[in-house]
Amino acid sequence: MVQERTLPTFHASSVEMSREEGLRLYEDMVLGRMFEDKCAEMYYRGKMFGFVHLYNGQEAVSTGVIKSMRPGEDYVCSTYRDHVHALSAGVPARNVMAELFGKATGCSKGRGGSMHLFSAEHRLLGGYAFIGEGIPVATGAAFQTKYRREVMGDKTADQVTAAFFGDGTTNNGQFFECLNMAALWNLPILFVVENNKWAIGMAHERATSQPEIYRKASVFGMPGVEVDGMDVLAVWSAAQTAVARARAGEGPTLIECLTYRFRGHSLADPDELRSKAEKEAWLARDPIKKFTTYLIEQKLASQPDLKEIDSRIQALVDEAVQFALESPEPSPSELYRYIFSED
Amino acid sequence: MAETLLFNALREAIDEEMARDPHVLVMGEDVGHYGGSYKVTKDLYQKYGELRLLDTPIAENSFTGMAVGAAMTGLRPIIEGMNMGFLLLAFNQIANNAGMLRYTSGGNYKIPMVIRGPGGVGRQLGAEHSQRLEAYFQAVPGLKIVACSTPYNAKGLLKSAIRDDNPVLFFEHVLLYNLKENLPDGEYLLPLDKAEVVRSGKDVTILTYSRMRHHVMQAAKTLEKDGYDPEVIDLLSLKPLDFETIGTSIRKTHKVIVVEECMRTGGIGAEIVASINDRLFDELDAPVLRLSSQDIPTPYNGTLENLTIVQPQQIVEAVEKMIALRV
Ligand SMILES: Cc1ncc(C[n+]2csc(CCOP(=O)(O)OP(=O)(O)O)c2C)c(N)n1
Ligand SMILES: [Mg+2]
Repeated sequence: MVQERTLPTFHASSVEMSREEGLRLYEDMVLGRMFEDKCAEMYYRGKMFGFVHLYNGQEAVSTGVIKSMRPGEDYVCSTYRDHVHALSAGVPARNVMAELFGKATGCSKGRGGSMHLFSAEHRLLGGYAFIGEGIPVATGAAFQTKYRREVMGDKTADQVTAAFFGDGTTNNGQFFECLNMAALWNLPILFVVENNKWAIGMAHERATSQPEIYRKASVFGMPGVEVDGMDVLAVWSAAQTAVARARAGEGPTLIECLTYRFRGHSLADPDELRSKAEKEAWLARDPIKKFTTYLIEQKLASQPDLKEIDSRIQALVDEAVQFALESPEPSPSELYRYIFSED
Repeated sequence: MAETLLFNALREAIDEEMARDPHVLVMGEDVGHYGGSYKVTKDLYQKYGELRLLDTPIAENSFTGMAVGAAMTGLRPIIEGMNMGFLLLAFNQIANNAGMLRYTSGGNYKIPMVIRGPGGVGRQLGAEHSQRLEAYFQAVPGLKIVACSTPYNAKGLLKSAIRDDNPVLFFEHVLLYNLKENLPDGEYLLPLDKAEVVRSGKDVTILTYSRMRHHVMQAAKTLEKDGYDPEVIDLLSLKPLDFETIGTSIRKTHKVIVVEECMRTGGIGAEIVASINDRLFDELDAPVLRLSSQDIPTPYNGTLENLTIVQPQQIVEAVEKMIALRV
C-alpha cells in the first residue's frame, strides 16, 4: 500500500462566500449526489443499461469548476463519468435521466446513453466514452474562441473551456499533446484532473512514473495546481483563478483535484481491490458533509434551509424519473436520423 | 481557361473558400510556413495568417480531435494529413468523433470538416507511405469519402467538401499532383455524390476511381483500336456510391469490371460487388470482375510494386475476357 498523499490544506477563510453562492454550490452537489443514487436504484431495477459510471464522492469538482463558469456560454467537456458534469452545466435532470432510459426526450435523443451525453444549448461538448478523446475536442473548442477573437475580430469571444478527465487518462498521449498545444497557443482552457486514485483496477501509482499530476504542467510552462478535491471551496477558489486567467487571455491551467469515488468504477464493477481502510478514510471526507458544516458554522445557512433544498432536489430527481418513464421511445422509423447534418 | 496543375487546383479551391468564409481554416503539419508537403497551401499563410494556416505539432490524433472540437463550435476546419497514412494515428478521432458524434449526440452537433491529403501508392515510397486507406475508412458511419482524379474535379469537389456540413474524407493521389488541365475561369462546384461518366460506351462498364482512372483510360485506348467500346465511370464519391449512374450504365452494358488501387479484401470493389448483387443482379450477364491491388504491404522494389497494383494491360485482358464471356 502506497503512502496516501497529504491533501493540500486550504484555508476557508481565504474566500469570500456569499449565502447565495454557498447555497448554489450546495444545491448543485446535492443534485449530483441524489441523481446518481437514483441512477443506481434504476439500474438495479432494470431501467437503464450498459456501463453506468457514477460520480458519488467527486461532486466538489464538478460543482466547484463548472459553477465558476458562465452557464450556456463557456464549454464543458466530460468523459463517460458525465452525468453530474451535465447537470452542473445546466442540462435538466429530466433530459439526462431520459437519456439514460434511452428515451426520445433524452439530451442525446436516446442515441447516446450514459457515456454520450450532449447538449449544444448548454455548451456541453459531450461525454466521451474512450479515454482521453475529449481532451483534443475541448482544446479545439478553446482554439475556436481564440480564433473568433483574433481572426474574426469578435470582441465578445472570451469563452472558457473546461476539460474533465481522470488520473488514468493523464498517461495517454492526448493529454500531453493537448497540454503542449494549449500552452503553445495560449488557449483559454482548464484541464481538470479528477484524481480518484484508481483507473478501474489500476492504482494510480502503478501506472505513472510521477504520481503528482499537477507537476506535469510545469514542463509546458503552464501553472499546475494541486487541490483538495473533497473541498468545494478549494476547487471553486482554484477554478475562479484559472477561469479568470483563461478569460483574460493568459492561457491554460492544469488543476489536479485529489478526490475519490464512493462507488465502484461502474455499476458492473465488484470493487474488490480498494481496501476498506482506504474507502473509509475517504468517505469521512464527504464533500457534501464538509460543505454543510462550513455553511452552518459560517452562518450562511441553517439546517432547515439545507433540508428544504434537499427535499426540493429529491422531488426534482423523482420527477426526472417520472418524466423518463413516461417519455416515448425513439421511433424505429428514425433509426437513420442524425447520421448526416441533413437528417 | 487557365492551364492548372492538380495541386494548384486544390490550392485555388482552398484559397477561394478561405476568402469567401472566415470560418474556414487549415490545420496540419507544415501547412503554414512550409506550404504543405505537396505545396497545396503554398504561401497561403502570408495571405491569411498563422491561425488560419495552423502549423500543428506532429500529433495527428490530437490535432484531428481539435478540428472536431472547432467544427462542433462553428468553425470549418480542413485537416491536411501530411501523408494520409499518418492519419491512422487519428483513426479514433476520425471514426468515433468526426464520424459518429453527430449521431451519438442525437443531432446536437454538426461536424463540418474536411480531412484531406496525399494517399495511394506512389513510386517506391515503401509500405507505410503507400497505403490504400479507403477500405479502412469506408465502414465508418457518418463519413463521406471522396477521391479526386483530375485538376478539374479536384477543385470542384474540394470546394463542395469544404461547404458540406458533414465530415468529408478527401483523398488525393501522390502521383496525380502534377496533372495539368485547363480549368474554367469562373467559380464552379461539383456535387459530392455524383459519379462521372468519363467515356461512354456500350460493351462493358468499368468502375474506377483516383489514379486507376488513368490506367483505365490508357487501357481504353488500346481497346478502342481493337474495336471494343467500354464505358468508363469514375466514382469520385466512394461513400455514398452513386448507384444512379452505376445502375444506368449496367442496364446498358450488363457487364461490370471494377478497377481499384484498393486492396482486394474488404475493399471498395468488394462493397460495390455486394451492392450490385443486392440491386442489379438480374441485369448481369456475367459475375462482376474485380481488379484490385494485392493483399500485401506495398513492396519497395519497383518490379514488385508494379505487380502489386493493377496495370493497363491487365485491364485490357479483363475486358477481352469479359466480352468473350470467358469469365
Ligand atoms: C481508449 C480506452 N481504453 C480503455 C478504456 C476502458 N476504461 C474505461 S474507464 C478506464 C479507467 C479510467 O480511469 P481514470 O482516467 O482514472 O478515470 P476514472 O474512471 O477513475 O474517473 C478504462 C481503462 C476506455 N474507455 N477507453
Ligand atoms: Mg481515476
